[in-house]
Amino acid sequence: MRTVMKLAILVLLAVPALARSDDDARRQFDRDAGHYVQVMVADPYLELHLGPGRRYPVFHVIARGEPIQILYRRTDWFKVRDEHDREGWARRDDMAETLLATGDKLPLESTAHRDLDAYPWEAGGQTGNFGGGNVNSVYLNYALNPTFAAELGGENALGSTANSELVLLGVAYTPRPDWLIAPFVDAGTGLIRILPKAGSSVPAEPRDTLGYYGVGAKWHLTQRFLVRADYRSYAISTKRDQNKDRNEWKAGFAFFF
Amino acid sequence: MESRLRVLLLIVAALALGGCSLWPFQHPARTPAQAADADDGSNAPVVEPQVTRRQVHETKIRNSNFEFGGSLGLLDIEDFGTNGVGSARLVYHITEDFFAEGVYGESRLGLTSYERLSGTRLLPDARRKVRFYTLDLGYDVFPGEVYVGKRRTFNSAFYLVGGVGGTQFGGDSGFTLTAGAGYRLILNDWMAAHLDVRDHLLNTSMLGPTRSTHNLESTLGVTVFF
Repeated sequence: MRTVMKLAILVLLAVPALARSDDDARRQFDRDAGHYVQVMVADPYLELHLGPGRRYPVFHVIARGEPIQILYRRTDWFKVRDEHDREGWARRDDMAETLLATGDKLPLESTAHRDLDAYPWEAGGQTGNFGGGNVNSVYLNYALNPTFAAELGGENALGSTANSELVLLGVAYTPRPDWLIAPFVDAGTGLIRILPKAGSSVPAEPRDTLGYYGVGAKWHLTQRFLVRADYRSYAISTKRDQNKDRNEWKAGFAFFF
Repeated sequence: MESRLRVLLLIVAALALGGCSLWPFQHPARTPAQAADADDGSNAPVVEPQVTRRQVHETKIRNSNFEFGGSLGLLDIEDFGTNGVGSARLVYHITEDFFAEGVYGESRLGLTSYERLSGTRLLPDARRKVRFYTLDLGYDVFPGEVYVGKRRTFNSAFYLVGGVGGTQFGGDSGFTLTAGAGYRLILNDWMAAHLDVRDHLLNTSMLGPTRSTHNLESTLGVTVFF
């Protein structure tokens, strides 16, 4: 019994000792060297927050000249690790002042305007009115250059007599994307499927083609977050040799990514 | 990406080393002895300074703004009882405060009190499926920290969401407004747990004249950041 106790005490004493020597030899910072982008603090200090937001408190500051690894980025915050394996969140604007091994500043996207290299995509959701009924829409657009974008959209019109599903492909032209409220025009084509509601007199249309043109405006709330409102006119060519026109207006939120 | 970059850097290094040997002004202090060494092609390995430049544009820092996951819970449908609900969601964190979210969910209509008492069926089973989607905008009202035990700390946030959507049930579909609140517990760098309560407000004329109904959904979910 006594030997067992002695052994147990030995083991208990040995574990923390082993753990400590392990820590000294194997810092995560060293193990991950080369895996992450490493920069040096160039400001007098760099504040680390507990979470990715200004409302999370600062719990540590890293002094000038100390190296840090950039683990990943969430919105405008970077999760970083210092030499002592302390991890925290640093603000984008502060990270812009850190230096690479070459002595250059960490190259980050511009904040003066939308950086197309960093954020070529725009996605959004809108709601409004389509031919007298409600409509919900989502879209994804890709900037071909600062003014032209290719746009893919999906809409679900929920009317009182029929519901419709639309798939749209078009081009949007924003002549002055740098304006706070930037007007645009768009045009495109697509498919519509009209599903009459039970008991309504609307004839079932399996699938029709349509064309549209529209005008709208994007109001940039932040560099990557915007409100978008637009009006569109649709011409639907039905199988019964009878074109139908529908007007639509909608508004919603979108973001660049 | 990592290994490609390494190869790229090696190529850059090799080119730079080769290039340096072509520029005599890089070696103004070359002694005749060294020159002779180089000329007769003997093994003298000249240590060149490291001249590669790290191209950080190439090693883009990983962005982790999207969240994708699923939830399970209960959906209370006015007149049709409470039933299980399953949903999938895609979230994009636009700023530290705001996020955009798309949700698709499915549930089933239960029996109305009338059906249970009379034994008749107002709707066939095939028309009892409920499908819905919502497009929401969310705002992290109270970001914070949670302490679990002595050593564990998790970031968390209490958030509000509101949006629009469509609900299909009983063979019909209608425009839906949603509003709710949720709680996000960030378990590690890539995973979060959610607790959500949403009200789906929609007009229906399925049982009598058109009226607006409130349908409460409470779910527990897990999402993965990417």
